[in-house]
Amino acid sequence: MALLKVENLQVFYGVIQAVKGISFEVNQGEIVALIGANGAGKTTVLHTITGLVPAKAGSITYNGVDLLKTPSHKIVAMGMAHVPEGRRIFQELTVLENLQMGAFTRRDKGEVAETLKMVYERFPRLEERKKQVAGTLSGGEQQMLAMGRALMSKPDIILMDEPSMGLSPLFVTEIFDIIQEINKAGTTVLIVEQNAKKVLSIADCAYVLETGNIIMDGPAQELLNNDSVKKAYLGE
Amino acid sequence: MEFLAQIINGLSLGSIYALIALGYTMVYGICKMLNFAHGDIIMVGAYMLSVAMATLHFPPFLAILTSMVVCAALGVIIERVAYKPLRNASPLAVLITAIGVSYFLQSSALLIFGSTQRKVDAAINFPSIQLGELSISGNALITLIVTIILMVGLNWFINNTMTGKAMLAVSEDKGAAQLMGVNVNFTIAITFLIGSALAAVAGVLFISSYKYVGPYTGAMPGIKAFVAAVLGGIGSVPGAMLGGILLGLIESLAKAYISTQLADAIVFGVLIVVLLVKPTGLMGKKITEKV
Ligand SMILES: Nc1ncnc2c1ncn2[C@@H]1O[C@H](COP(=O)(O)OP(=O)(O)OP(=O)(O)O)[C@@H](O)[C@H]1O
Ligand SMILES: [Mg+2]
Repeated sequence: MALLKVENLQVFYGVIQAVKGISFEVNQGEIVALIGANGAGKTTVLHTITGLVPAKAGSITYNGVDLLKTPSHKIVAMGMAHVPEGRRIFQELTVLENLQMGAFTRRDKGEVAETLKMVYERFPRLEERKKQVAGTLSGGEQQMLAMGRALMSKPDIILMDEPSMGLSPLFVTEIFDIIQEINKAGTTVLIVEQNAKKVLSIADCAYVLETGNIIMDGPAQELLNNDSVKKAYLGE
Repeated sequence: MEFLAQIINGLSLGSIYALIALGYTMVYGICKMLNFAHGDIIMVGAYMLSVAMATLHFPPFLAILTSMVVCAALGVIIERVAYKPLRNASPLAVLITAIGVSYFLQSSALLIFGSTQRKVDAAINFPSIQLGELSISGNALITLIVTIILMVGLNWFINNTMTGKAMLAVSEDKGAAQLMGVNVNFTIAITFLIGSALAAVAGVLFISSYKYVGPYTGAMPGIKAFVAAVLGGIGSVPGAMLGGILLGLIESLAKAYISTQLADAIVFGVLIVVLLVKPTGLMGKKITEKV
């Protein structure tokens, strides 16, 4: 059974339909990519999954639970973390406080301290800057913080929205390496990216979104070699 | 010596403004709305104090506690009933609603207690302290001490508890806070609860020196505290504290040394100058909101 199952999802902003009845699945342990041009509806899909935007029709099932009937703030405790578009770290809180917010729903202090140690091991830069106000971090550091904050909830599945946005090529490679490591450590990943080439090279399977519809899907490797994908999204 | 006494008066008046300003600024920070009914909570607090002491014969401490609990509950109810349905409405609609709530509270008090001012026995009554030639009002001193304790406590709460951090997180980004598992509605309710309880304390302290309460008692301190919040930088908790204290000092000193009639004009003059030099207020951050 799929860990996350989206069926016939429709989302509107006022009268504008941003998502036009799409269906897809994410299985335990996979990296699933959602690619598509600007305005295709990728962010909207992720926001609907975690309840930041309401759905008009369709269903989203996670671990057998209907997410459309679950208040947004209860979702993280069910094992789903979301690294939103634009990072949305808490600018006025310190790095450490941001990480603590990531573990907001966890009550066992000892376990949280262990997770914090793990996050610091993965992102040593965050430990060096733990007392620093987050708004003063560089873009790359803010991305690390956003990912670290999501990991603090010890998620089973993590949703990532354009983690490579605004980062230097070297750093993009590093971030993608880290995403692969997180996945190898047992976390399922649903990732939205503009950088199709990079994301298809690490994903198991992918869905191509175009103006609110899924127009293609399949194993990532296949899409990477598909001529129309090459033309439209890989710039070849 | 006379000057020192004026300073203490100013600090004490300023602490009352600061306590009220905290409610304005915390609610603004988290909901980006100006809760114009906040001043009237002081009036409700003062009436409650009077009813608890004169009618129910509660001892002062219990009366103060009753007043705080009633105001805290009232603040939460007002948010639930009047503001929550407008969470995504235009700022203007929310502002008009807040003014409506303010009139509602004043009219309710008018209906229940009538228009004549009601005398309130002082819940706190401390003897003056004699320091050489200088006589310091005991109530002024207590007001100052209580305020300092509450402010230190509030600061500690905001910066050291997860609920406090959730308040900061919700102020910054409601959606991101929800993704962390923060219940935004609950956090907003807590903010109204704390702000209104502080306003009740301010009401108790205020009425201890003014002795009379009427339906419009909250209006003037409410406006002054609003000015204090803007002066300090609306949305900033330390700013509200600083703004309140400064405003009290300026008002007291202006009354003592310049002119009683001109005191309020001077207060607003200072506000205008500060806003000209620093539009976000003394400790304010960037303003990205529409209001
Ligand atoms: N809050 C909103 N109100 C109205 N329309 C919106 C809103 N958010 C998104 N849209 C519209 O919905 C469509 C999908 O937007 P979405 O942000 O999901 O795209 P995206 O695929 O994430 O694009 P990008 O790659 O640029 O981030 C766009 O046409 C956008 O203009
Ligand atoms: Mg997007």
